[in-house]
Amino acid sequence: MRYAYYPGCSLEATAKPYQESVVSVAKALGIELVEVNDWNCCGATAYMSVNEVLSFCLSARNLSQAAKTGDVLVTPCSACYTNLRKTEKYLESFPDVRQKVDTALSEAGMKYEGGVVTKHFLEAVVEDVGLEAVKAKVKRPLKGLRVAPYYGCQIVRPYGIEDGADNPMMMDHLIEAIGATVTYFPMKTTCCGGSLMGSRSEVAMRLCRNLLLCAQQDSADCIVVTCPLCQLNLDVYQPEINKAYSTNFNIPIVYFTQLMGLAFGQKSEALGLSGCIVPATKLAAKFA
Amino acid sequence: MSSVQQTVIYEEAMDLKWLEEIYGIPGGSKIKDCIQCGTCSGSCPVSWAMEEMPRQIFAMVRAGMRDKVLESTTIWTCASCYQCAARCPQEIKITDIMYILKRMAIRENKPRSKNARAFSQTFVDIVNKTGRSHEVSLMARYMLATNPLGAFASAPVGLALLSHGRLPLTSTKVKGIEGLRKIIAKAQQMGGE
Repeated sequence: MRYAYYPGCSLEATAKPYQESVVSVAKALGIELVEVNDWNCCGATAYMSVNEVLSFCLSARNLSQAAKTGDVLVTPCSACYTNLRKTEKYLESFPDVRQKVDTALSEAGMKYEGGVVTKHFLEAVVEDVGLEAVKAKVKRPLKGLRVAPYYGCQIVRPYGIEDGADNPMMMDHLIEAIGATVTYFPMKTTCCGGSLMGSRSEVAMRLCRNLLLCAQQDSADCIVVTCPLCQLNLDVYQPEINKAYSTNFNIPIVYFTQLMGLAFGQKSEALGLSGCIVPATKLAAKFA
Repeated sequence: MSSVQQTVIYEEAMDLKWLEEIYGIPGGSKIKDCIQCGTCSGSCPVSWAMEEMPRQIFAMVRAGMRDKVLESTTIWTCASCYQCAARCPQEIKITDIMYILKRMAIRENKPRSKNARAFSQTFVDIVNKTGRSHEVSLMARYMLATNPLGAFASAPVGLALLSHGRLPLTSTKVKGIEGLRKIIAKAQQMGGE
């Protein structure tokens, strides 16, 4: 299977472990990821707050670059995913927006033709590769590991996976396929606060505290995520949350690709597991 | 004596021109379909931190209460999680309309948009320069612009990331940056809405 691949800016920095594990897992599954030539930032949510057309232009440039590689674009970042999908939808539905974007892109001799479908890496794994193929690669089933499946918001709505905005099951099934146990985690699509951690941290901290508490209540050994920002907020700020709420959470926040890699028998170094601020070493050692 | 809250707004106080502007933005006219059911407020994970609930904001928008809406902290509390938009029975793109309101507040230099404006502007400047986001520069410049003392408070977070190899100090640059800048300049010239 061959895809155009858009890592996004976070995967080169705070989410480097995600990048490493995506690459490892893709290789094991025979997925060929061809990085989009000279991609640019998707604009995250910041551009949307300043200039909507500009935000669409950024994603349209990426989509038109991706078209040179293939019809299906894969990204592991949920925020990039939403921006790309939203751009596709808006350029389809609003001729005014399309015309402005076309005019801007033509300044650089580029053109948005459409026709590229964006998928999250989770979708590519579960829907395209399939759970049977994943199971076939499992060397060390993660028996006894209790996992809270956290989808976050951007991947499930409103431009996201067609797996239900409130109770998606895609990742639950994936976790079971690699031998782990899914915990009761009713907050699976509740927001972590996203970039509010920068602008209104007291709000985001409370949302993250609630998520950690929910995971703890059903004795989760870890929370598994699909988004760099969810990982950052829950992992990097966990010590701050403990300080603010006098809690003692010690819950590793891992990407679904890191768990898959462990089950595939890959070394934790190849999966970036040492990048977790709340150490995931014990968890990894159990299955190494 | 407790203060009296004004609950009636007279027609002449409505900013109808502003209302028309909102209706003219892609997705904006859907506000007319709002039935005030409150599903948005009930679904919002951060409504507890808002001055006005999302449902109230939409009632206020339709009443043309331009300044009150654009000065509310509500629009800056929205985390863009799209829960309201996914559940709205009238299929109003609530989150996208929040973005419309954020852009208007930034454009008009509303005091409460200061932090968000600084963050967005810093981000935009960095991307204009290299074509990609760079988290170190972003956080450093944002902190300096809004809260220089707070930079010390967030130092542990930065150090933790740095020591775990998650904070490269250099960033990559888009090769076609000249073209990208032309696209950005043109888009800016055409205006956001």
